[in-house]
Amino acid sequence: MTTTTPRPAESTSERPPRSVPKPAFTDAEAGAKEFPDSGASARRYNYYTPAKRKQTHYEDVTVEVQPDPRHYLSQGWIYGFADGERGYPLTWTKLKAWGVDEPEPERGVGTGGGGRGLNWPAHGWHEFRDPNEEWEQTIYRYNANVVRQVNQNIENARNAKAFDQWSRNWVTFVERSVGAWMHVEHLLGLYVFAANERSGPTNMHNTAMAVNSAHKIRFAQDLALYNLTLTEEVPGFDGTAHLSAWNDDAEWQGVREVAEALPAIEDDWGEAIFATNVVFEPLIGELFRSGLVMQAAPGNGDFVTPTVVGAGEYDYAQRDLRWTQACFGPLVQDREFADHNRQLMQGWLSSWVPRCLDAARTLQPLWSQPDARPPRFEDSLDHAKNRFAGIVSDLGLETPKELAQ
Amino acid sequence: MSRQSLAKAHQKIQELAWDPVYHEPYMKYGTDYTFRKAQKKDPLKQILRSYFPMEEEKDNRVYGAEDGAIRGNMFRQVQERWLEWQKLFLSIIPLPEISAARSMPMLFQAVPNPELHNGQAIQMIDEVRHSTIQQNLKRLYMNNYIDPAGFNNSLRNFHNDYAGTIGRQFAEGFITGDAITAASIYLTIVAETAFTNTLFVAMPAEAAANGDYLLPTVFHSVQSDESRHISNGYATLLMALSDESNRQLLERDLRYAWWNNHAVVDAAIGTFIEYGTKDRRKDRESYAEMWRRWIYDDYYRSYLVPLEKYGLTVPHDLVEEAWNRIWNKGYVHEVAQFFATGWLANYWRIDGMTDEDFEWFEHKYPGWYDKYGKWWENYSRLAIPNGHKPIVGEDVDYVYPQRCWTCMVPCLIREDMCTAEVDGHHRTYCSQTCRWTDVEAFRPVYQGRETPNMGQLVGHREWETLYHGWTWDEVVSDMGYVRDDGKTMTAQPHLNLDPKKMWTLDHLRRLPPLQSPNVLFNQMTDEERAAYVADYNRQGPAGRPAPAGA
Repeated sequence: MTTTTPRPAESTSERPPRSVPKPAFTDAEAGAKEFPDSGASARRYNYYTPAKRKQTHYEDVTVEVQPDPRHYLSQGWIYGFADGERGYPLTWTKLKAWGVDEPEPERGVGTGGGGRGLNWPAHGWHEFRDPNEEWEQTIYRYNANVVRQVNQNIENARNAKAFDQWSRNWVTFVERSVGAWMHVEHLLGLYVFAANERSGPTNMHNTAMAVNSAHKIRFAQDLALYNLTLTEEVPGFDGTAHLSAWNDDAEWQGVREVAEALPAIEDDWGEAIFATNVVFEPLIGELFRSGLVMQAAPGNGDFVTPTVVGAGEYDYAQRDLRWTQACFGPLVQDREFADHNRQLMQGWLSSWVPRCLDAARTLQPLWSQPDARPPRFEDSLDHAKNRFAGIVSDLGLETPKELAQ
Repeated sequence: MSRQSLAKAHQKIQELAWDPVYHEPYMKYGTDYTFRKAQKKDPLKQILRSYFPMEEEKDNRVYGAEDGAIRGNMFRQVQERWLEWQKLFLSIIPLPEISAARSMPMLFQAVPNPELHNGQAIQMIDEVRHSTIQQNLKRLYMNNYIDPAGFNNSLRNFHNDYAGTIGRQFAEGFITGDAITAASIYLTIVAETAFTNTLFVAMPAEAAANGDYLLPTVFHSVQSDESRHISNGYATLLMALSDESNRQLLERDLRYAWWNNHAVVDAAIGTFIEYGTKDRRKDRESYAEMWRRWIYDDYYRSYLVPLEKYGLTVPHDLVEEAWNRIWNKGYVHEVAQFFATGWLANYWRIDGMTDEDFEWFEHKYPGWYDKYGKWWENYSRLAIPNGHKPIVGEDVDYVYPQRCWTCMVPCLIREDMCTAEVDGHHRTYCSQTCRWTDVEAFRPVYQGRETPNMGQLVGHREWETLYHGWTWDEVVSDMGYVRDDGKTMTAQPHLNLDPKKMWTLDHLRRLPPLQSPNVLFNQMTDEERAAYVADYNRQGPAGRPAPAGA
């Protein structure tokens, strides 16, 4: 039994009253009164026209956030670069969407805001919508799921001592070649996709590039951290070998050369994204990831690496390629500039396909390195070429003759 | 979630840093700063393996709270006075956020240290989060708050309204011009490190006091990202300081960025907090008190001043003058009064001030009533249409002001207004620092030094110019600030939603046509202009005409 001593009364009575805001009943909820604009029809963003019948959540949080002087931006851009360019110039790619050559509304003393009789959209770039409908919730849900699953796969393999089954040759292959690939993803993520997300003509384009960038950077880090786990788990696994492979191995220098050429594209976000997602990815990215790593791994007792690499492959195949097709495909059918765009993109194909094929061929010795051989290099390359031809065809472009080389 | 320590994992991803061998990346965004390539540490120390689940969890909490707010009928307790100002704030802020995302690639190229790029890339993704989470919050307000007008046409409004244009500096300033001036000094060193404190911490606290706990839910979640971005800016600043030739540019850019942020952010957030609240407890902090704590003590004294030992020239004079404007020159009060004067050109409703408000202002800002009290009494008197004009057309001892060509906030501290003739055009400025920004700082030569990458101030910087000679009903109609009956205005100078008490386009026809102060200023002879400026400098406070014969 315990006894309690009563608290001195003054301990509570002397406490000064707390100063807190007073809640008040305001009845400021929807429907409480009737007045102009109180109805349900007024409860939607009315400043844009949805691509389909209904406005989507993605559109609500994305469309028109980046303004346009051809639309409501009556006072125009208020900061300029030293050369006089301002805002998001439509000339930062050589591609054209209908309407871009039309002049901006003239504004000045007594002109008004320029909103009267304005045809909208003023040009075809504004018709683009990301089919993945990416905004913050989709970005985090998707990528958090990926990293969780990848971590669980690796953790399970570690607990099951799955890496013990790997032959020395396979260990070398993973530490050098799978390791080297992290650099490709990182380079594309930061210096192609992120580097160009200031350049697109609309918020929809730039956000799609930012999300594509996030996929790439995440995948690069997935590979780096997988490499770290292997360093800790696999005796003799050299966690720095990826650096010497990327820096010195002849097999990797072709890929490195063409990958580094992508951020070097001068002042054309369209070419950078097109060359990367339409040409480089199927001819080199998928060739290596799907045509080699994921095919070779099971035969060499590795069921883990394909799950890590497969997550990155899914990013490209199911999401990044989708927005790319939705971005470039309509330009080939553009009501004003279809020929211009088609010729331009065909030119890009003629320029980048041979470079990527040359680089792909420098990878060929890697197909001979694992003990259990993957499908032949030429078969993998044929598969990659077919895949590429399908993408090009879906875009409405001709398969470039350079593909036959 | 990973068995690897974060420190070890972060160390590992440093191996991804890329040094080009075959091709140098195209340098799209120039800077006049110089950086030595040297190994740097990524200050963010963030890896995506932990980042994505962390942000997902933060999202879950935000969206859970939003669901809870709706189920709990939060809007039955929300103060309309407060939420009306959110129509302005939430129309502005998604663009600055997404612009911050867009500014990160400018840093990739200008700062040649790949170790820093990881943090910048994560900031880029954060900013996409912020922009869309804020657009979503506005959508929720539109769906659940009593008056959706102003939320529903939010981005059209923001793009064509003068207040939106002022706010746009806090976005375009991040992404245009010299890459370091814009993306580092203006954005991370000043806007994020100093002014997000008042934006994302002080203001949400005031929202909660007005029955809205969703603004704090969303913006504190945002601010928890911003605090990481501060370290991005700090790392770049230290690198810039290590090169002597950058000192002159740093001094220029800190002066510009500090003053512009003060002029724009204090105008807006000061007004929201002081004039948008119904919480008049005497012991609640005023904006001036918050500013002293968050900006003066936490930023200026604790962050900026210690950097002097690394050679940074801190604009002490401008910090003190910003405080002087807030405390002695009534900056926030003058701005709020101007917003209310021009209520008809906006897209939100502005509540009048009551005796309780007067008492609080007098308590916090002694002498307030003598300056502003009478005008606010007139505002309430003229709030309901009753045969008179909107207050801007009535004689209430208020002279409609000139606009500052640089910060675009009107020249409200009348004695400080100054002018310059630039390219044959006469411009007015709210202060000598804004004049310096236009006339000296944003130029291809600065103090004799070539600055070929410095940006320019462009655009139609005085909103009234566009509507010079238009009748007000045409102006409002042209901007689209009309409700769905085709005549009732979106904006109102009161909170009464009885349609009979609301202003319509018809009421505006009582007003004479709008006259642009800048157009008129340029039509004057030099002598008339000099006399006008002399008179202007004798006006105020509270926009009062200059005393006769003084």
